[in-house]
Amino acid sequence: MTEQDAITVQAPRAFLEVRDLRIHFPTDDGLVKSVDGLSFSLERGRTLGIVGESGSGKSVTSLGLLGLHNRKNAKVSGEIWLDGQEIVGSSPEQVRRLRGRKMSMIFQDPLSSMHPFYTIGAQIIEAYRIHNDVSKQVARKHAIDMLDRVGIPQPDKRVDDYPHQFSGGMRQRAMIAMSLSCDPELLIADEPTTALDVTVQAQILDLIRDLQKEFNSAVIIITHDLGVVAELSDDILVMYGGRCVEYGEVEELFHAPEHPYTWGLLGSMPRLDRDRSDRLMPIKGSPPSLINVPEGCAFSPRCAFAELNEGRSETERPELREIGPGHRVACHLDRADRRRLWDEEIRPKL
Amino acid sequence: MVNFLIRRLLAAIALLIIVSMVTFAIFFLVPRLTGASSADLASRYVGKTAGPQAVHEVEIRLGLNRPLVIQYWNFVKGIVVGAHYNFGPSKVYCGPPCFGYSFVNQTPVWPDLLDRMPVTLSLAGGAAVIWLVFGVTTGVISALKRGSVVDRASMGIALAGVSLPIFFTGLLSLAIFRDNLQWFPGAGTYIGLTQNPLTWASNLVLPWVTLAFLQAALYARLTRAGMLETMGEDYIRTARAKGLPERTVIVRHALRATLTPVLTIFGIDLGTLLGGAVLTEGTFSLPGLGKFAIDSINNNDLPRVLGVVMIGAFFIVLANLVVDVLYAVIDPRVRLS
Ligand SMILES: Nc1ncnc2c1ncn2[C@@H]1O[C@H](COP(=O)(O)OP(=O)(O)OP(=O)(O)O)[C@@H](O)[C@H]1O
Ligand code: SF4
Ligand SMILES: [Mg+2]
Repeated sequence: MTEQDAITVQAPRAFLEVRDLRIHFPTDDGLVKSVDGLSFSLERGRTLGIVGESGSGKSVTSLGLLGLHNRKNAKVSGEIWLDGQEIVGSSPEQVRRLRGRKMSMIFQDPLSSMHPFYTIGAQIIEAYRIHNDVSKQVARKHAIDMLDRVGIPQPDKRVDDYPHQFSGGMRQRAMIAMSLSCDPELLIADEPTTALDVTVQAQILDLIRDLQKEFNSAVIIITHDLGVVAELSDDILVMYGGRCVEYGEVEELFHAPEHPYTWGLLGSMPRLDRDRSDRLMPIKGSPPSLINVPEGCAFSPRCAFAELNEGRSETERPELREIGPGHRVACHLDRADRRRLWDEEIRPKL
Repeated sequence: MVNFLIRRLLAAIALLIIVSMVTFAIFFLVPRLTGASSADLASRYVGKTAGPQAVHEVEIRLGLNRPLVIQYWNFVKGIVVGAHYNFGPSKVYCGPPCFGYSFVNQTPVWPDLLDRMPVTLSLAGGAAVIWLVFGVTTGVISALKRGSVVDRASMGIALAGVSLPIFFTGLLSLAIFRDNLQWFPGAGTYIGLTQNPLTWASNLVLPWVTLAFLQAALYARLTRAGMLETMGEDYIRTARAKGLPERTVIVRHALRATLTPVLTIFGIDLGTLLGGAVLTEGTFSLPGLGKFAIDSINNNDLPRVLGVVMIGAFFIVLANLVVDVLYAVIDPRVRLS
């Protein structure tokens, strides 16, 4: 261990600290680098939004945090520290004990994510009783309380319903009740509202925010829609091709974003105060292949400013650099150029 | 649920009526369409050796020259209230349920069918237990150890099981375990369960295993495929995310979903076999319904063939009904829709 390492290891850790997380899948076509060197930290009571296009590695990351990858087909390296306990190197049994109790997850599609053969109540009771040595009656009462807390009317009746008898929004509420049944300190919501219609989306997001205040847990919201995280998050991590390209507080990220990909995301965000024709500026091209990732910046084939760097964008991978308090960006552009581009070319068009 | 049960029951009864009509039509209408006269039909009834005079008499007495609807009506009436057969000098009463009268053997069909049923029931029931236990266990283990030596070996054996015909494995097992090793000297003769349970079982071991091997192979493949699919479901991921131990995830969450479709096929397979395990009974010369059907066809004994086909259809419809109900018990989406 070098002196440098010794210092980092002893440094006080955040509640959740992820260091250089890599999750690779060996496949017949090659090594899929779904997550490739991701680092971030999160304190209790705060919310981190992870944003990125489809395929950028958001779900793989969240499953990695819960230790849900199958060791046979996923190569996971790096460190995940949760309240002082390291997860990547722990035994499956140790991680299992943390799941559901210390950390839990809300999945995207509540219909397919709940077992069709068991009642909502049975599924919450099961989640509660794994980690709490209580009788079925006590657990059932707890399940009804949880359903009540997430705003399900007549919880003492609905507790005996099956998932398919619930509406989409109610199902997601039930899913949240299940995830929160053991008071987790870390809650990960992977696209919790994409399967729902707009009005219900807002209700669910409000619910998550209220519950977070109540439980004071650390929350990670994963989405491809910047609008969802805008009001909910304290910090935002923008992911592209399995890496973090920009990280910062939500204010900073919306008002002074410095990465061309973040600009693209902002440009493709629907806004109600603009006319449809000029509010959408979708990012051209498709997400990068995660196999045989090219040298250089993964965004360069789609980046309008790649030529401004004398070829560096194609040959050299930009490091994630701190450019202000808590604000990090991975781009070769000059700081001055980025600010000028944002102020003069991008912002006026948004 | 009660509503559901009543609906299913009515549907099953309707299905039985339709099946009986179709079967009846196959035996009586189709020959007519292809140009056979009612005398030809009558000759099939009395057997190959009867003279033209006898044939004509039978034709009249059985009403084979009357409209088909009436014949069908009389057949159904016979099942419900019994029927009288008039042979000129002698009259025979065939009590309900009268599934016809075998002129070749001079006996009503039903009691003979009833005689054969325990044999088929013993064969199919015993084999079903074996193949279900072995097939499902192998399938689950294969799926969980996907790609391992165990998986490859059992899927290899299963492939052999699916592709080897029963008369081959059956005769081979007889040659080895009965004739050569003399382990099951009585294999190929049926002794009733109530007569001597031990002999009953030991005589049936070879047919059970032979039939079960074929079926277990199918079920192992089916279960493996189902299990692999289920393990990839979102709700399995949720179960793990809750912190359930892997054993609970597999048994309580995955297995239950995997076994539901397996159960459907099991019901239909069992129903089909109860109507006569033709190949197995033939190979082991067991006097069950399948052997009965083959023998009746060979003897041109139309009433018996008709009877055994109806019974077979009945078992299949019954099995379907049972499966439907079980399915509803297992899957709330079926029950509550
Ligand atoms: N088990 C696996 N084997 C191989 N590749 C995988 C595996 N799991 C995920 N991937 C790949 O990793 C990449 C990232 O997937 P991930 O599900 O994390 O994307 P995402 O950001 O959540 O996208 P979405 O918005 O569509 O949910 C995808 O290209 C996917 O094909
Ligand atoms: S490094 Fe180059 S290609 Fe990548 S985002 Fe910056 S300017 Fe664009
Ligand atoms: Mg995803």
